[in-house]
Amino acid sequence: MNAPKSPDPSRSSYYVDDALYRQLIADFTDWQDDTQAVDDAAVRDEFRRLVEREARLLDQLRYDDWLAMYAPECVYWVPSTPQAGDPRREIAVMFDDRRRLEDRIYRLRTGFAWSQAPQSRTVRLISNVEVFAAVRDDARMLRSNFVISEFWDKETRTLTGWAGHRVVRSGGGWKIAAKQVNLLECDQAIRNLSIIL
Amino acid sequence: MTALEKIGAPPTRLGDTALYDWEYLVQEDRAHRLIYTDPAIFEAEMTRIFGGTWTYLAHESEIPNINDFITRRLGLRPLIIARDAEGKIRALYNRCTHRGTTLCRFDKGNSKSFQCPYHGWNFLNSGRLRGVPWPDGYADDMRDPKYNLAQVPRVESYRGFIFGTLNLDSLPLIEHLGPIVTVIDEWLDRNPGGQVVVCEANRFRFKANWKLAYDNSCDGYHVAYSHRSLLETENRFAGENAKGMAYYRNSPDTQPMYMRYTGRGNHYKDKRPNLEKRAGGLWALESAHPGMEHYEADFISRYGDRAFSLLDLAGSEPVNINVFPNLSLLGNHIQVFEPISVEETNAIWYGTMIVDDGSIGTDGVRDINALRMRTQEGFPNFGEVDDIANFEQIQRGLMAIEDEWVYMHRGLGIPDRVKTNADGTITAPATDEAFMREHFKEWKRLMQTRANLAIRREP
Repeated sequence: MNAPKSPDPSRSSYYVDDALYRQLIADFTDWQDDTQAVDDAAVRDEFRRLVEREARLLDQLRYDDWLAMYAPECVYWVPSTPQAGDPRREIAVMFDDRRRLEDRIYRLRTGFAWSQAPQSRTVRLISNVEVFAAVRDDARMLRSNFVISEFWDKETRTLTGWAGHRVVRSGGGWKIAAKQVNLLECDQAIRNLSIIL
Repeated sequence: MTALEKIGAPPTRLGDTALYDWEYLVQEDRAHRLIYTDPAIFEAEMTRIFGGTWTYLAHESEIPNINDFITRRLGLRPLIIARDAEGKIRALYNRCTHRGTTLCRFDKGNSKSFQCPYHGWNFLNSGRLRGVPWPDGYADDMRDPKYNLAQVPRVESYRGFIFGTLNLDSLPLIEHLGPIVTVIDEWLDRNPGGQVVVCEANRFRFKANWKLAYDNSCDGYHVAYSHRSLLETENRFAGENAKGMAYYRNSPDTQPMYMRYTGRGNHYKDKRPNLEKRAGGLWALESAHPGMEHYEADFISRYGDRAFSLLDLAGSEPVNINVFPNLSLLGNHIQVFEPISVEETNAIWYGTMIVDDGSIGTDGVRDINALRMRTQEGFPNFGEVDDIANFEQIQRGLMAIEDEWVYMHRGLGIPDRVKTNADGTITAPATDEAFMREHFKEWKRLMQTRANLAIRREP
C-alpha cells in the first residue's frame, strides 16, 4: 500500500510517524528559555491576540473557525503527566491529529454525546502570554496560562493550567502546528472532561 | 503469621447484625435503589466486599524495582504498595501507628523507608518500625510488633496482577479466580512474552455508586444507545467497512459474541467470535487513530506478510474481562474502579504497552506502542465519557425514593437463552443481564457473611 500522492489529513493519517513524535518531543523540551524570549511588544501582542482569539472561538463553539487556525497537519496534545513524557510510551488524556480533532467535533455535533447534552458553557481567561523563538526561523513557541470556567450540570467548575503553542508561518499569518495543554490535575481523576481545551 | 491480628466485632454501630434483609434488597430480577444510595450499605461494602474478598490492588509493572512504591487504596484504606528490599510485594497500611497520619503522600516513588512527617517515626518498607525520635521518652519497648505498620495479610499475584484480601478464609487467589484465568491468560498471551506494562492512564471521576460501573462492565445492551455518538463518529465516512463496535447496531443477540459468568462475581463478554479469524482481523476493525495509515504502510514494507499480525497488537482486544469487585480488562486497558463514597467513584483506565521479547525488535515494539497508545485513547475520550454521564444520571434518578426498583431481568425466563455449562459457568447472548444477576448473588453472599478478617504486622 503506497501513500496517496497528496493524502488529505482529514481522511488519512500519514504524517503522524516516528519523526513527528521525535520532533514534537524536541519542540516541547526546554523551550521556555529566557535567552529566546521575544521582547518586542508588537510581536507579543500579535501572538497574544492569536491565543485570545482561539479561546473566544472555543467559548463560542465556533469549531470550524477554530480548526482553521490550525495547520492541516497538526497535533493537539493533553499529556497525562506534569512532565509530559514520550507520547509513544505514555497514554495521553488526549492526543489528536487533524482527523481525530475533526472526530472530536463530529461527535459533539451528533446530538448523542450525552456528556455534552446539554452542552457546557465556558469562559476562558488567557494570560501571561510569552513568546519564544524556535530553532526554525518560521516558527515560534507561545506559553500562556489559562483558567476555564465551565458551567455544566447545574454547577460551575474551573479547569486550570498552561498551554504551549507551536505556531508556524503560513502565508501572511501564523497557524498552530501543535498545542500542548498542561492541566494542573492531568494525572488525577477528573469529572467529565469532554470539552475541547 | 504470629503477628496476625484478627478483626473481632469492631466497636461500630453496625455490630454483627445485618443491616438489611439482603434477599429482599436484591431479588432475582431486580435490585432496590438503596444498594446504590444508602451510605450505611456503602460503609459495610468497604469491609465485606473491598478486602472481604480478593480485591485488585495494582500491577507489578508499576513497581518493577526493589524499593519502588505506589500509593493506592483498598476500599477506603490508604495503602502503600511496595516492593521491599527482598523483592517481596507488600500492601502496607499508609497510616502511622503512632497518631494515624498517612506516611506517604506521593503517588509513586522509590524508597526503602517511610518517615512520618508529623513526629518522625520511621518505618522500613517491610512495615517494621525502624526508630522513633527520643525513644527514652517511652516506658515500653518500642520493638513491640504492635508498632509495626498494619498490612494486608494476604497479597498474591496472578501473572502480574496484584490482589489483596483481609479474609483469612478466602481461597488461594488462583482458586478464587477459577475459570476467568483462561481468558486472562488469552488476554496476556496475545502479547509478546505474554506480558504488558502499565503506562499512565485515562482517569475519570464520577458522582455515582461504584456498582453502576461494575454493572456496566459486561453490559452489551447499552452499547448501541449510550455509545451512539461514538458509533456514528467511528463510521462517519460512508462507504467504509463498519468500524469499532458497529456490530452492536443490528440484532446483537443473533451474533456469535456472548457473555459468560465464571463464578465469584467474575464474568466476561467475548466479542472475538464476531471477528474474522485472520492476521489483521482485529486491525481491520480499528476506527481512525493518529498515524494508522502511515504505520500500516510502513509495517507492510518492513515486515511483509507479518505486518498485520503486528498491527493486531495495537488493536483493541474485543473482550471485557471483569473480576469482582473492581477490575476490568477491556481492549488493552486495565480498568480499576475506586469507590470514594456511596455516590462518588473513580474509574482509572490504565494503558498498557507491550515489551520486546526479542521476537519483534525495539523499533517495531516502539512503533506498535506508539499506535497502541493512540488506539487506547479512543474509547475513553469518545465512549466512556457518555457512559459516565449516564451513571451519574442513574444516581440522580434513584433519588426518587418511592420508585424503589431497578431491573436486571433481560433474558430471564426465556427458554434455552441462558445456558449453564458442564463446568458450572453460565453463558447468554451479549445483551443479557444474566451476568448482573449472577454477580449480585456473590455480592449478597459477601454482604451476608461475617467474614474472618485480619490485618498482619511484622513480628
